Amino acid sequence: MPSLRLSQVSLHYGPAALPVLQNVTLNLDRGEFVSVIGRSGSGKTSLLNLAAGFVAPSAGRVEIDGNPVTGPGPERAVVFQDDALFPWRRVIDNVALPLKLAGIPRAERLERARHWLAEVGLAGQGGKFVWQLSGGQRQRVGIARALTARPRFLLMDEPLGALDAMTRDQMHELLLKLWQESHAGALLITHSVEEAAFLSTSVVVLAPEPGRIVHVEELDFGRRFLAGEDPRALKSEPAFIAARERLLAAIHEKETAR
Amino acid sequence: MTDIPLEQPQAEPAARRRLPWGALIGVATIAALVGLWALATVLGWASPVFLPSPARVWAALGRAATDGYANATLWAHMGASLWRVFTALFFTLLVGIPAGLLIATSRIGRGILDPLVEFIRPLPPLAYLPLIIIWFGIGEPSKVLVIAIAMLAPIVISTASGVRAATESQIRAARAFGATRGQMITEVMLPAALPSILTGIRIALGAGWTTLVAAELVAATRGLGYMIQSAAQFLVTDMVIAGILVISALATISELALRLVERRFLPWIGRA
Repeated sequence: MPSLRLSQVSLHYGPAALPVLQNVTLNLDRGEFVSVIGRSGSGKTSLLNLAAGFVAPSAGRVEIDGNPVTGPGPERAVVFQDDALFPWRRVIDNVALPLKLAGIPRAERLERARHWLAEVGLAGQGGKFVWQLSGGQRQRVGIARALTARPRFLLMDEPLGALDAMTRDQMHELLLKLWQESHAGALLITHSVEEAAFLSTSVVVLAPEPGRIVHVEELDFGRRFLAGEDPRALKSEPAFIAARERLLAAIHEKETAR
Repeated sequence: MTDIPLEQPQAEPAARRRLPWGALIGVATIAALVGLWALATVLGWASPVFLPSPARVWAALGRAATDGYANATLWAHMGASLWRVFTALFFTLLVGIPAGLLIATSRIGRGILDPLVEFIRPLPPLAYLPLIIIWFGIGEPSKVLVIAIAMLAPIVISTASGVRAATESQIRAARAFGATRGQMITEVMLPAALPSILTGIRIALGAGWTTLVAAELVAATRGLGYMIQSAAQFLVTDMVIAGILVISALATISELALRLVERRFLPWIGRA
């Protein structure tokens, strides 16, 4: 089973500064959905940047199937907090960009881009410009762009943070479906406990100063939704509420444990 | 109760009002200035040698267009000047955009090019014109070169600062999707810099038209600047003013054309 693995990873900017992350070990297999939550300053985004290969760890290893990660790579696709789309390209060309960069012929990449646009519910919107879309639509374009490259790992940095609650709920269901169809391993950075609890097979709680893992919760609500259960019923189950409360408690735990 | 039907008719004039006010005020300002000019000549505030009437300037324009002035028709002068300005722009873009990219993306590039651009930027064209002529002669290349030097700094600086319009996450996205260094430039940095480069072209064209007369000071036989100078030597002020108005009209037309290009082909500018 291919996996993206962070082993005993630390990250600090300068020797005097407190580590942003300290001794973090995290494993992401294909077919898993791992969410990372924690207060601001706990190093959530740094964790994603390490996994994406945007920054190198100060200590420890980042590996894919045992091979060290030295930078970004096509097997990992990233969805950004601000959509990071290119306003000078039409929607379809934004989605097709990873394929263009990989040198895939125009006809084929447009066909594949159209397929993923349809998958995120934006069929027929490819000719528009980015500024003609709503915030939720833009994020869906960002997700389609990430999936076009057929990544083995989908890394998402608070992609839904700027969306309203109703759009978020729709996006959750979409994300789960896309995760299932793409057979990718998903890593989601979020500050929504509910979102993490609903989507994930595993939720990792980070605490700040230094950023470290303080709690891990294994869950199956996302899988049960994909098996056909009703999302609102799932979210009002005692098991869901209990999991949410445990995660909240882990986030807000006083620093006495140290 | 009657409030409700009133709402819709109120909303419509707002859309209608957007259309021509700016342009109308502009036309009115120009009309007022021409009126004042005509009034000044009619009332004899200045000698016709210093300030010929609008009608005489118009007549001079007609004369230059049909009979020609200073060895060539107005059209030939215009053609020569336009050719010089746009050839200079072409070569400036060819050199200036890569230079701006180097400044923005490479520390070595910035180290080498930044001081050079800052050296060239404040130089008045009349100051380096003699040197250009000593080095490159009095032919056409010298004239184009003088204009190109005046245009270079705005293009380089606008490109370099435009590249910074690409956001950190846009650059990371391109990296994550496997962009090579070359693709990063063609797919992200240049498009991100385009709005700024267009502004640079506008400023550069302004500098180009300003420098035109200086470039045509020496050994030119065609060109609007040459026409103006020939007229000035014989105190033919109506022709001088006619030449100035033609330059101004050409500059305005090229500015409007740039705006049209921007709206037509780069509709995303300012809406990211």
